[in-house]
Amino acid sequence: MDKQVTLITGTRKGIGRFLAEHYVKQGHLVVGCSRSEVDWHMEGYEHHIVDVANEAAVTSLFSAVHKKYGRLTHLINNAGIASMNHSVLTPLSTVHTILNTNVVGTFLFCREGAKLMQRNHYGRIINFSTVAVPLHLEGEAVYAASKAAIVSLTQILARELAGFGITVNAVGPTPVQTDLIRAVPVDKMQALLARQAIPRFAEFRDIANVVDFFLRPESDFISGQLIYLGGVS
Amino acid sequence: MEQKILDLIFQIANEFNEQLENKIAIHQGREAHLYGRNGVLDSLGLVSFVMAVEQSVESEFSVAVTLADEKALSQQNSPFQTIGSLADYIKKLIEEASRTSG
Ligand SMILES: NC(=O)c1ccc[n+]([C@@H]2O[C@H](COP(=O)([O-])OP(=O)(O)OC[C@H]3O[C@@H](n4cnc5c(N)ncnc54)[C@H](OP(=O)(O)O)[C@@H]3O)[C@@H](O)[C@H]2O)c1
Repeated sequence: MDKQVTLITGTRKGIGRFLAEHYVKQGHLVVGCSRSEVDWHMEGYEHHIVDVANEAAVTSLFSAVHKKYGRLTHLINNAGIASMNHSVLTPLSTVHTILNTNVVGTFLFCREGAKLMQRNHYGRIINFSTVAVPLHLEGEAVYAASKAAIVSLTQILARELAGFGITVNAVGPTPVQTDLIRAVPVDKMQALLARQAIPRFAEFRDIANVVDFFLRPESDFISGQLIYLGGVS
Repeated sequence: MEQKILDLIFQIANEFNEQLENKIAIHQGREAHLYGRNGVLDSLGLVSFVMAVEQSVESEFSVAVTLADEKALSQQNSPFQTIGSLADYIKKLIEEASRTSG
């Protein structure tokens, strides 16, 4: 059988890097991207410097994947940025940057990924939301709004792409200790964890577990779904 | 270039006609309707058709064009109404792409 080709965005560090290693270990050919170079190397992994919100860079990444592999099996839209701030104090430039990375980036990768996947009438797309959406976290208005948009994208693309054999699902992690949440004060974080049914930080493996489930060939009847971690609903 | 673009659209139309109940009237040339009023493709059919055309344009001209358009699904103004309007639209995109790349 041909190796599965898995494209993951935002692989330089954090969850994306973990997932890149996780799927390389499972024998996938992993293509990753981020805005800057990675300081690590892995057999079976190739890195591209791409800002997910830059249409020209994204389409040339997909051209490269098409030329090299001729197919795409999985797309994991992990790249994302956050900002903790009161909305009254949030500059418009921050709003644009968050929406561009999280919403526009996810959209562009879904659009281009679907084109490549439909050639084999098979594909799995996983998007990243967050528990900040259902928990209505103060200080995360723009971030949560961008991640709510990702839920809508996921649900509607699930319908639009079903005819092409492509499923589209999302994972909603609770806080996991990466740079993304480093700036959040400890007391705020404790209060947040306390609102989860299972009050602990997520581990990378918790996220990989949900992604594994969505990627399984047997999950072909599961689309448009969002799984939150930590018992949040 | 124009003829090359038309040829590749005709080729894809031929392939699609093998599956289509309501066939694309290829003998009408540029006037053959694809989508919208008098069109034979439904929206899913149009999406598949457009993706096939994009791939074929990319391998023929070595430029990646994105055939996305605000009016794609409009019944009146879609650039995907006829084979001719689609060819014109692709020509414009290829010219724009070559201008921006230098
Ligand atoms: N950590 C959490 O608590 C948490 C909770 C819920 C959801 N999430 C979601 O999980 C995902 C990953 O988060 P993380 O915690 O791993 O974050 P992280 O440690 O800050 O890593 C973010 C990754 O995305 C890349 N990236 C950022 N902007 C990009 C852009 N415009 N184009 C390409 N790559 C870009 C970064 O690399 P470069 O800097 O090189 O571009 C980096 O590799 C995000 O979608 C986040 O919203 C995280």
